[in-house]
Amino acid sequence: MFRPEDYDIPNADIAWCPGCGNFGIIRALKMALAQLNLPPSKVVIVSGIGQAAKMPQYVKAHMFNGLHGRSLPAAVAIKMVNPQLVVIAESGDGCTYAEGGNHFIHTIRRNPDITNIVHNNQIYGLTKGQASPTTPRGQTTTLQIDGVYVDPFNPIAVAVALDASFVARTFVGYLDLTVEIFKQAIQHKGYALVDVFQPCVTFNKVNTYEWYKQNTYILPEDYDPTDRDRAFKIATDTKKYALGVIYKNPNKPIFEEQLVAYKVDETPIAYRGLKV
Amino acid sequence: MNEVSVVISGAAGQGIQAVEHLLSNVVKDSDLYVFATKEYMSRVRGGNNSTTLRISCKPVYANIDRIDLLLVLNENAIERHRWRMTTSTIVLGEEKFVKDETNHVVVEFSKIAESFGNRIYANSVATGVLAGIMELNIDALKKNIEQYFVKKGNEVINANVSAALKGYELGRKLGLKLELKKCEEVRKKNLLNGSMAVALGAVAGGCNFVSSYPMSPSTAVFTELAKMSKTHGILVEQAEDEIAAANMVIAAWYAGARGLVTTSGGGFALMCEAISLAGMIETPIVVHLGQRPGPATGLPTRTEQADLNLVLYAGHGEFPRVIYAPGSIEEAYELTAKAFNVADKFQIPVFVLTDQYLLDSYYLVDDLPKMDIERHIVKTDANYRRYTVTEDGISPRGIPGYGEGLVRVDSDEHDEFGHITESSSVRKAMVEKRLRKMNKIIQEALPPKLSGPKDYEVLIVSWGSTYLIVEEALQSFLNHKIAHLHFSQVYPIHPSAKEYFEKAKRVIFIEQNATGQFANLVQQTFLIDTSERILKYDGYAYSVEQIAKAIRERLGV
Ligand SMILES: Cc1ncc(C[n+]2csc(CCOP(=O)(O)OP(=O)(O)O)c2C)c(N)n1
Ligand code: SF4
Repeated sequence: MFRPEDYDIPNADIAWCPGCGNFGIIRALKMALAQLNLPPSKVVIVSGIGQAAKMPQYVKAHMFNGLHGRSLPAAVAIKMVNPQLVVIAESGDGCTYAEGGNHFIHTIRRNPDITNIVHNNQIYGLTKGQASPTTPRGQTTTLQIDGVYVDPFNPIAVAVALDASFVARTFVGYLDLTVEIFKQAIQHKGYALVDVFQPCVTFNKVNTYEWYKQNTYILPEDYDPTDRDRAFKIATDTKKYALGVIYKNPNKPIFEEQLVAYKVDETPIAYRGLKV
Repeated sequence: MNEVSVVISGAAGQGIQAVEHLLSNVVKDSDLYVFATKEYMSRVRGGNNSTTLRISCKPVYANIDRIDLLLVLNENAIERHRWRMTTSTIVLGEEKFVKDETNHVVVEFSKIAESFGNRIYANSVATGVLAGIMELNIDALKKNIEQYFVKKGNEVINANVSAALKGYELGRKLGLKLELKKCEEVRKKNLLNGSMAVALGAVAGGCNFVSSYPMSPSTAVFTELAKMSKTHGILVEQAEDEIAAANMVIAAWYAGARGLVTTSGGGFALMCEAISLAGMIETPIVVHLGQRPGPATGLPTRTEQADLNLVLYAGHGEFPRVIYAPGSIEEAYELTAKAFNVADKFQIPVFVLTDQYLLDSYYLVDDLPKMDIERHIVKTDANYRRYTVTEDGISPRGIPGYGEGLVRVDSDEHDEFGHITESSSVRKAMVEKRLRKMNKIIQEALPPKLSGPKDYEVLIVSWGSTYLIVEEALQSFLNHKIAHLHFSQVYPIHPSAKEYFEKAKRVIFIEQNATGQFANLVQQTFLIDTSERILKYDGYAYSVEQIAKAIRERLGV
């Protein structure tokens, strides 16, 4: 059995601010990997650029830390070439929904069997506090000096609208919930979005731990995530944000399983021609 | 008669490509050499497009202006091609189009087609007429028409065959006496165009992953690979944009595939950041770039050699790369295959730079050689370090899941483990490690090819697809001390090139761009005078005549 410490990188020089929500996410991720008993050599963590995107640098597993906004195309390709790997794409809200918005849409359409964890701190961290696509209207920043005057992006609603096969949201302040959702997302066959509310204690003075506690609620145990209409209503309700698995469509075909190259031979492309 | 140059000209959507395809194959099956190239407008219907076919009992490999027989299918066809016509050009077409021409021959293609049930059989009539005029093999005509329409059912097949045979009979009766001597050796050859050659080269080089976004003229390579995806186990994905495509291909190599991206200048512009990523994480990528005129969307269906600077400087930061520019269909095949081995060995971006002219030109080639697939993947152990600093700069490349080690790559500057660092000493060591590969890359560069007299005084320099056009143009200068130096690898330039330049009294660069990008690169590399340049940038391919004329004017001979 693996323990969370088995995914530690010895002497890692972690570049996050003290108190940052990212610490909770890394803890939850290591716990989820351990509880699923996934050997580091089976897991690839793919990320873009940003504070959140530094995640794989602190987790013992394979790492592909690529370009800002481009974690999803990279993750899809890795899964195509080697479907035996567990592929996790992990990045910030700016990285995933702004720079990578096009890929977000099209990865959902493809439905590869990957997990997409988005650190949603509703701000740009690494570039020091500009608005992200999820920053609420009216919030002032060093750049949006009169406040953000465009509507925020609603990733959950977009994912449900695109019939993503697994859509969840959690808040890093609730460790058990987050671990549980990560586990479900990784085990889910198909694309799984987990949007994680993650306070940026340095640049976002509005969306704090306290704010998230007050403005979220956990979906009841008897909630049925396969009811798409209901899920869409919940997704578009931004008065209070639902936490939990909001939507699930387990009947979608898996991208890599439909590829012509695997119709004749199931050996991962990665291993063909190698003595494995 | 040794050679006939046939031009078929009509509107987009009239099936000129069908005639090109059918006639090329019938010619080949009639034991004759053929070269075919097309030029077309960026539209799906209307306008005027044309195909030039050189049909000969001797090998033919290049574009010419001269038209012996012009087959006209719409009203503006003659005017567009008048400058290519001579006093002996025969114009063939329906009366309304050709009646004012001196050497005209009326053939009512549409009417004949209609007599078999539908105007759209006019292509088959035209193919038949041309085949009849040149007395091509009638069975080959039948066979190729049948094959071409095989999916359309017996009724359509039979109608087209009958229409073609009627055309054949008519063509023979015209008494144009364009029969050519046959040549049996042609039977052993294959009819290929540049796009097919690049795709076959990729497969020969072990390509098993392709992701791209459609853009003329590179899309045909994508389509050809998709066609082969089942038999050759190739993962094919049409990406949402070029940015995704390039990132996918890099990640595919990371995971253990041999990936290709095929694009054009406009698409490649979007991939520049990804090229820089490949440079930093030292993950191979092979890019096929089919050039067309820019800037921006430029002339979408035409040809140019103006993206050398783009691939030469693509990506921020400093890292090694290799650029091939095939001069022939055979080289398009071999260099694409080689690109995979070189990318794999040095863990760098490798570019195959073609253009619309090369991709869309067909001629007969011998059986393509089998290429070796050289893989440079190591099985990792628990202590594996992806960026081990080595003497030649090449670190052993592992892939996830093959061996015990973890494969950790980072677009930030990193240490040997792939971990982010801001240490100035590590930074320096990594920059030097990456650049050190260049020593070996230069040693292994393809030297340029010299043809013509060894004691030359004038050296004509070309690169990429103009190779065979220049070669033929120089046939008319055999009594002069003119040689031809061609570069199939334009970066890095093999050091031996310098001697060739120094030996010449005059060096003239021929390029299909407005600024002489390769001449500039040579100037910068060897610090020699490269100011004599023959440049063309009107969007149309050079012809043998144009190059010969330009050289003659330059040299005053
Ligand atoms: C192409 C490109 N554009 C811009 C940047 C600069 N940049 C780095 S991180 C970042 C935003 C990060 O925000 P987010 O994804 O929300 O992550 P966070 O830092 O908040 O975790 C930006 C704009 C970059 N690295 N690359
Ligand atoms: S800037 Fe914000 S998101 Fe980044 S580490 Fe600091 S607190 Fe966390």
